[in-house]
Amino acid sequence: MASGNRQKFDNPVIEWVDSRLPVFTLLQKEYGVFPTPRNFNYFWNFGAIAMVMLVTMIVTGITLAMHYNTSTAGAFDSVERIMRDVNGGWLIRYLHMNGASFFFIAVFIHIFRGMYYGSYKQPRELLWILGVVILLLMMATAFMGYVLPWGQMSFWGATVITNLFSAIPLVGDSIVTLLWGGFSVDNPTLNRFFALHYLLPFVIVGVVFLHVWALHVTGSNNPLGIDVKGPQDTLPFHPFYTMKDTFGILVFLIVYVAFAFFAPNYLGHPDNYIPANPMVTPAHIVPEWYFLPFYAILRAITFDIGIPFTDIVIIPAKLGGVIAMFGSIAMLFILPFLDKHPVRSATFRPWFRAALLVLVVVFVILGICGAKPPEGLWVPLAQICTLYYFAFFLVLIPFFNKKEPVADLPPSIHQAVLDQCKACAKA
Amino acid sequence: MSAETTADQEEGQTRRDFLYLTAAAMGAVGAGSVAWPLINQMNPAADTLALSTTEVDLTPVEVGQSITVMWRGKPVFIRRRTPEEIKEAEAVNVADLRDKQSDSERVQKAEWLITIGVCTHLGCVPLGQKTGDSKGEFGGWFCPCHGSHYDTSGRIRKGPAPKNLAVPPYSFTSDTTIKIG
Repeated sequence: MASGNRQKFDNPVIEWVDSRLPVFTLLQKEYGVFPTPRNFNYFWNFGAIAMVMLVTMIVTGITLAMHYNTSTAGAFDSVERIMRDVNGGWLIRYLHMNGASFFFIAVFIHIFRGMYYGSYKQPRELLWILGVVILLLMMATAFMGYVLPWGQMSFWGATVITNLFSAIPLVGDSIVTLLWGGFSVDNPTLNRFFALHYLLPFVIVGVVFLHVWALHVTGSNNPLGIDVKGPQDTLPFHPFYTMKDTFGILVFLIVYVAFAFFAPNYLGHPDNYIPANPMVTPAHIVPEWYFLPFYAILRAITFDIGIPFTDIVIIPAKLGGVIAMFGSIAMLFILPFLDKHPVRSATFRPWFRAALLVLVVVFVILGICGAKPPEGLWVPLAQICTLYYFAFFLVLIPFFNKKEPVADLPPSIHQAVLDQCKACAKA
Repeated sequence: MSAETTADQEEGQTRRDFLYLTAAAMGAVGAGSVAWPLINQMNPAADTLALSTTEVDLTPVEVGQSITVMWRGKPVFIRRRTPEEIKEAEAVNVADLRDKQSDSERVQKAEWLITIGVCTHLGCVPLGQKTGDSKGEFGGWFCPCHGSHYDTSGRIRKGPAPKNLAVPPYSFTSDTTIKIG
């Protein structure tokens, strides 16, 4: 941001500001002429889409907070009042409710894109890790947000998830009491969850800033996974990708508002329209859909791990489940250091591609298992899928490092784009 | 440069290291003592702690009947057990249990079983208090969330829960009233 070789703006007002604080120069550099690989496909829309969803959630969230009552006595009724009496309240709440789901949809696709095209690899490891931090913050925010309407699922979801921490040896119960501020999920819990639910989105904004900063240091990856070699490989971000992103955002928003208008409760759970009751557990507690695969991993550990033929248990089933669930996110953190294969894009890695697509299927099956009661065939199915999930990271990827052939890569993005055009012209 | 000044410099060096270390250590203690109240505020407040005893009158409870009372925001199961239920609970071989406790360790008077009605797996409220409820395979309680079965002493017999239903601290203030907490 050296102001020495700053280019002058024609507009005197912009010039006056920019010569004192070069924000317009910064915008021009990072979002105007920023050199961006010319071969992006639509998977590259989802970063911008996630950003739009984050802003949507913050705006709808702040407006909802203006009408929300943070107490166990008033929370449920205040949400119903928002739905019935507050001007346009139903719209704002349904946008917020479904916005959480669509934020996760965008982020899951964004993460898949990163894995498929090897965006986590050198030199973008830190960029990827910051992204996983954002995912964790989103999960915490979404969990606490779901508690606020104080319905049955809010209460019992909060009870089950906070009880996970009681699995920690020695200090577990003290931690749970600390989280609750009492001896069960109650008024103090609701108050602090609201405070943190309001805070964490701004922490996410901060980490998103670092994520984008890191992106602008290394530049974007691309579907071929090869480095940009010169100006012939890139396009200026504006107008090419501002237009492409806007198009993608609009298509995504159409699906999102279609849910908000026509199926607003499809992704939710009807039990959450029953006020919280600490004396009665719903027959079947399920988290929101975006947590289901992780919930299935949690429940897949049904056995104690100990020394065989003795009664000595080293890791009880409950702790094992918690370790597995957090471990599934930890796998994403260490992915850049597990995968040492020199080729980035799965386009040129048939073995990795097959294993990754199986992982996607396994993840979806885990989601289905998470929604079902833990009985019958669902338990072994979830266990097999959990096994594959961890084997993908800890067995298959190290195996591919050694054995998967290194394909011949195109000489440059520019060349690959031209060859593709020639092939099209012939056909 | 004489040998003496070099020694002085070295001495000054270690003294400075020592000062850095002690200053950093004091800084860490200071930061910790400021952080602690900010963390400790999350622990149960005085009024929450003040609500932590409940008195219950047991006279209306018939043999074989169960009642649920609230204590610290949690349900407490009070069951006046039938002689058969007591016999069943006492007949169990303690060595076969996951959480090894004999029935006599869990009750003050054999007729009254008092436990916290929270499944030790992930905190759901087990079924078995109402007459129509499923009581599980061992005649005690059944947790519908993840399928834990408890016996007539509230002990875990089957399913994922690691421990028996907890027994709250309580005392009989008279023959027919108890104070929980």
